[in-house]
Parts: sequence; structure tokens; C-alpha cells
Amino acid sequence: MADALITADPKGTLTGAHYLDGDHACCEGALAAGCRFVAGYPITPSTEVIERFAARIPLIGGVFIQMEDELASSIAIYGAVWAGAKAMTVTSGPGFSLMMEHLGLGAMLETPCVFVNVQRGGPSTGLPTMPGQADMMQARWGSHGDYELITISPSSPQESFDFAIEAFNLSEKYRLPVILMLDECVGHMTEKVNIPPADEIKLYPRRYTACKPGEYLPFKPGPDMAPEMARAGQGYRFHITGLTHDEKGYPVMNHAAQERLVRRLVDKVRKRADDLVRVVEDGVEGAECVVVSYGITSRVASLAVQLARDEGLKVGHLMCKIVWPFPAGKIRALSGKVKSFVMPEMNYGQVVLELERVVCGRAKVALVGHGGGTVHDPREILKAIKESLL
Amino acid sequence: MTTTQAHPIEYLLRMDRMPHIWCPGCGIGVTVNCFARALQDSKADLDKTVIVSGIGCTGRVAGYLKLDSFHTTHGRAIPFATGLKLANPELNVVVYSGDGDLTAIGGNHFIHAARRNIDMLVICVNNFTYGMTGGQLTPTTPYSAVASTAPYGSFEKTFSLPFLADSCGAVYVARWTTFHVRQLARCMAEAFTKRGFRFIEIISPCPTLYQRRNKLGDGLSFMKYLKESSECKDGADTRAVALDFQGKIIVGKFVDRDQPTWLDDMNRRYREKLGDKYEEYKGIK
Amino acid sequence: MTDKPVSVKRARGKVHILDDRCKGCAFCVEFCPVKALALSLEFNKKGYHPPQAVKPDACTNCNLCFMYCPEFAIWSTKIGDKE
Repeated sequence: MADALITADPKGTLTGAHYLDGDHACCEGALAAGCRFVAGYPITPSTEVIERFAARIPLIGGVFIQMEDELASSIAIYGAVWAGAKAMTVTSGPGFSLMMEHLGLGAMLETPCVFVNVQRGGPSTGLPTMPGQADMMQARWGSHGDYELITISPSSPQESFDFAIEAFNLSEKYRLPVILMLDECVGHMTEKVNIPPADEIKLYPRRYTACKPGEYLPFKPGPDMAPEMARAGQGYRFHITGLTHDEKGYPVMNHAAQERLVRRLVDKVRKRADDLVRVVEDGVEGAECVVVSYGITSRVASLAVQLARDEGLKVGHLMCKIVWPFPAGKIRALSGKVKSFVMPEMNYGQVVLELERVVCGRAKVALVGHGGGTVHDPREILKAIKESLL
Repeated sequence: MTTTQAHPIEYLLRMDRMPHIWCPGCGIGVTVNCFARALQDSKADLDKTVIVSGIGCTGRVAGYLKLDSFHTTHGRAIPFATGLKLANPELNVVVYSGDGDLTAIGGNHFIHAARRNIDMLVICVNNFTYGMTGGQLTPTTPYSAVASTAPYGSFEKTFSLPFLADSCGAVYVARWTTFHVRQLARCMAEAFTKRGFRFIEIISPCPTLYQRRNKLGDGLSFMKYLKESSECKDGADTRAVALDFQGKIIVGKFVDRDQPTWLDDMNRRYREKLGDKYEEYKGIK
Repeated sequence: MTDKPVSVKRARGKVHILDDRCKGCAFCVEFCPVKALALSLEFNKKGYHPPQAVKPDACTNCNLCFMYCPEFAIWSTKIGDKE
């Protein structure tokens, strides 16, 4: 990020080595990122995030409120953001379904904030205490209408911490809600988490307008196609609406206004997709088969890749941290070189559809999918790797 | 008698958005005059006064007032307003919306914000119908009144909004009609000076949908009904102010009490449990 | 008792009307306490009959017309006291 970064507030940064589960680490990441307002509704397996926040925030300075439902939680944070806070809400699948209304509003109002979904098995009430990855398409397309957001999927408590900070940074830079997709395994596994000193944590500050009241246009695109913000109560007397609007924020009901606004909302992410690649590569160069994975599945897949290499196979591993936008450029560059891609995910085929689209027939694409409830057996992935190379 | 002078509340309106969308004879514009007058009379700090609306005809009020204004999603004005207020307690937060928005789809948020005593003023323009979508049944449509989705007349029991607000803990509850412009403006101005969850119901005409379908004449006919059928009873027991189809309307200030707000209670509780380590919360910097 | 007329001070107002904003609801006409207004026979550009001050001298600047007008089309201003 070229923009001037600031450092974290030591008050919210629990510097040191800790033994934390992914939910708690996510909360600490948010606090280090300057999140001072959380509205949430309890739901397994995400509840520990808000429990920790509720315990920590009084001495840091901020607000936790347990709302009446996820609809309320997901819009209360917008109110807080427009009043000047950095804010987050936290949920799991059934609550995420209720929040879809406001993912769309957040895209439309260009409201920087973070949504956390600690995924469990679905559909409906599904498997409250067991993992799933079947909300990935919902994170991308769940609200009605066209929009693009950013979705990050950490694989460990350390990454839950690190990517919670990154989620806040990206939300400010692009002015949109960023979705942090954990899953029950990452949320509930406990590992060592290193929290750096506050001055080593770089934060992307909110871009407030320097315009005079009267000159401020709340939806005039600035750097990164994102507009500058104002906060309520500062005399700007601005208006924002979920209706299609012009740069003033006034509703305009016609095709041209729709085209101008929604095109930009989509392009804000699509045209910056190459800046939004966060992948970890392991032995991808020269590989015949590349395993593509995200979230907890990356860790299971690592073992499968190791087992395949032990058998002499040339297998690489591409671990996506940002899943949406999909690292299409990376995959496209590989597609001409490898024989196959193997994608394990805890669903019956979601992100793999995007993989297939990008590979576009230039290599085999195999899904190793199941409905959740447990992580993959690495031997299933190994089997798919071998079959894909036959 | 055309004039070249400016209308006295134009400076509070987004004149570049006029004409507004409300039908001839609609009462929402009347309530906006009262609101503007209340802002003037109470000398409210306009830069610190924010208005949040949901969806519907009354939901458009936010877009016409020249304040920081938020036109949110259907039923969700109150939780949005909750976030605004808690993040910046200096703001005077007003939610301005309709009966369907606030008490049907937003009913859950309404009762919980009242229970928590979140510091906000909620103004509900009750015209007994969903105007924007063509006149459907709402939780306040009186028994036997016809709506597009109750073509044989409503057979549902209704919410009596002052009773609902009172029983959920609202600290200030009043009802006026669009006929009672002076009382309403005074009531709004008084409500600005109070703290906690404050609720004002305003009975208002919807000539295009509610009245036409119920053969109740135009906006003016309904205004005359409001004039003739209202009875002022300050301090009335909210259990006794329910409305019937074209029946008597009890108006007045029903509830006015002091209760600590959610933030007051939060600060007190944290102070009790955490002692001097706790620094009183005054908003997010 | 005296034959001398009693002096009554009352405020006088001037009515201002923005004809083309009016949608003809007639709230102002109905609720003007001194019945100073009536709907005009003329049409405004929207096709409604706006009010006109038929008894302009009767206006007391109470501004109820302003309060009742949903279209922000009418109000009064004070023009000094009249004995």
C-alpha cells in the first residue's frame, strides 16, 4: 500500500506470544486493527469472538452490544462506522444468511467494516459445532444485485489474527465490507499466536474528506475508485441511501445512474484483482499437478501434497488467502504449464467452479468435495492427485 | 399572490430534491413542517442532529432534510441509529419512518431499542398502510379496514403503538395527528430535550391508498376526521388508547419519565465492576 | 361604559404563496382561523388550484397555513401591528 500508513494503538494490541484459538485471535486482530465497535448475536462456532471482545473492550475504550438478531448487528455496525468507528460483526452460516441484506447495503453505501463468518456445516441449522466451507459462494453472491467484495480465508489462529488486520486495512482502502471466512476448525483450534508490538502493525487510516461542507460529494470516486468519507456530526449534512444514487448521494432512478454507480462498485474490486492476490505457493514451479486450497483445507492438503511428493509426484500447492477476488492471473499463468489442478473444499463444488472457469479447459480440474462435518482425509486428496495425473 | 421570498424552512430542506414524492393530501409533509419548527424552536444543533429512515413513503423524509441523513434498509433504521448513537453519543439521533417499516419488519428492533433505552427519538408516521407499495395491510391497519392484501377487510388484531412503546420501556411516549400541528411541533421540541428512547406516533392521512380503498374521501376529509374525533388526554393510560376504524383518537403525552440510558447503565456497570481502571466511555475518537 | 371603541392590538401578516408548489389539498384554506384563504379558480403549472388570499387584511400571521402545507408552498410574515 503506497498510502501513508499509521501504526496500531498499543491500547488494543496484546503484544506477545499467546496460546489462542482462532476466534480469540480474530478478536485480537480486530482490536489491534483499531476496531472499537462490535455488534453481534451469539452463534456457534463464532461466539468466542464476541465473548472476548465483550470482555476486552471496556478497558480499551469502545462498545460491544449484543443485538436482537443478525439483521440488527449487521446494520448497527454501519451506523457506528458513519459515526467514525471501525466496526465488525461476527456470525456463522444461519446468521450470515440474515446478514445478506446488509452486505448489499454495505457495498452500496461503500461502508468500510469487517464481517466474520466462522463457517459450520449447512444448509440451515446444519452442523453447529462442526466445520464447513459451503458459504463461499454466499460470501460472493449472497445479497441481491451486482457487487464485489473481498473475502479472506485464514488457515490458522495466527492467520486469523493477521488477516483480521488485513481485512480492516482492505476495507478502508477500497471502502467496502471485507468478509473474513473462518471455519469451525480454525475458530476452535488453539495454537501459538504472535502479536507484534503495536508500532510494527501498519494500519490503513480512514480517508476522510478535506472538502468544506457544501463542496463534499460523498460518492465522488477518489484513489482506488473509492470515495472519501465524512462522519456524521461534523457539519457536512450529507445524505446516503441504499437506492441507486449520484455523486451527491441523491437517489437517481435511471439506467445511466445505475451503470455509473454499480459499474464502479464492481470495478473497484475487479480492476484491482491483481493487487488483491494473497497466496502462499509451495513448489508450484515445475509441478505437474497443483493443489489449490483455502482455509483449514490448506493444512490438510499440505499433508496430501507431502504424501504425493513422497511417492515421487511433482505436486505444487497454491494456498489462497484472499479467495474473492479469485487469483485468476496466477491460475491462468499456471494453466498452460500443469496437467491438472486439484481442489479440496468442504462443499460440493463452489470455489472450484471459478477455478474451472479460469483454467478454461487447459488443464484437468478435479474437485475433492464433501459436505462438511470433518476436515478432509488427506488420502482422499492424494487419490485425486494421482487420478488427475493418469 | 406569488412571492419571491424564501419559505421559512427551506434552509432545512434539500430544495434541489423538490418536488417531493408525496401525494396531494398526504400528511407526511405536514409532519416535516412540525419537525422543522421543532428544530428551530428548540435551537437544536443542526450539525449534531442526524436523521435515519427506513423504507417507505415516510422513509423518504431523511432524503429531504438537510441534515446528516441516512436512508437505510426496510425496518432497520433503529439498529443503524443505535450504531450511530453508541459510537458518537454527542449526536442527537432521530429515526423518522412509517408504521409498516418500524413496527412490522422493524418491530423486533423497535421493541429492543425501547427495552435498552437507547437514546434516540423515534417518530412514526402512522397512516395505517404501506403507501409506497400500493396500500397493503400493516400491524396498525384497523379491524375491518380494507387493504390491497386484505380485500375483505382486515381481521387481524392491531398494535397500539403507544402501548407497545410504553410496555417496552420507552421513556417518552406521545401521540398526535397531522391536524395537531402546534401540539406536535411542541411535543417534538420537548422530546429533543429528553434523553432515552422517545416515541411519537403521528396519525396521518394516506388519501391515495388507505382512504380511497376505504371510501374515506380525500386528505382534507381525513384531516377533518382527525380534528373531530381526537380527544386530548395527557397522561392517559396507554392501555386505553388503542385505535378503531374511524373511531375516537386519544392524543397527548402519555409517558414522560427519567430512566438511565443504555450508555448510562453501561458506564455505571463497568465502573462498578472495574473500578478506577475503567475510563468513562464518551464516544469513539 | 363608554361609546369609545376599545383598542385591540392584533398582529398582521402577509401571506406568501408559491403557486406552482401547491397540490391543491386545501388544508390551508380549511384550517385558516380567519378564513383568509380560498382556492383560486386558476390552475398552477401542475394543474392544481392553488390558494389565494381572499381576505389578505384578515391574516394575523399565525402561520398555521405554513404548518399545514405538505408542499412547503405557503407561509406568512409579520407586517407590523395594527390598532
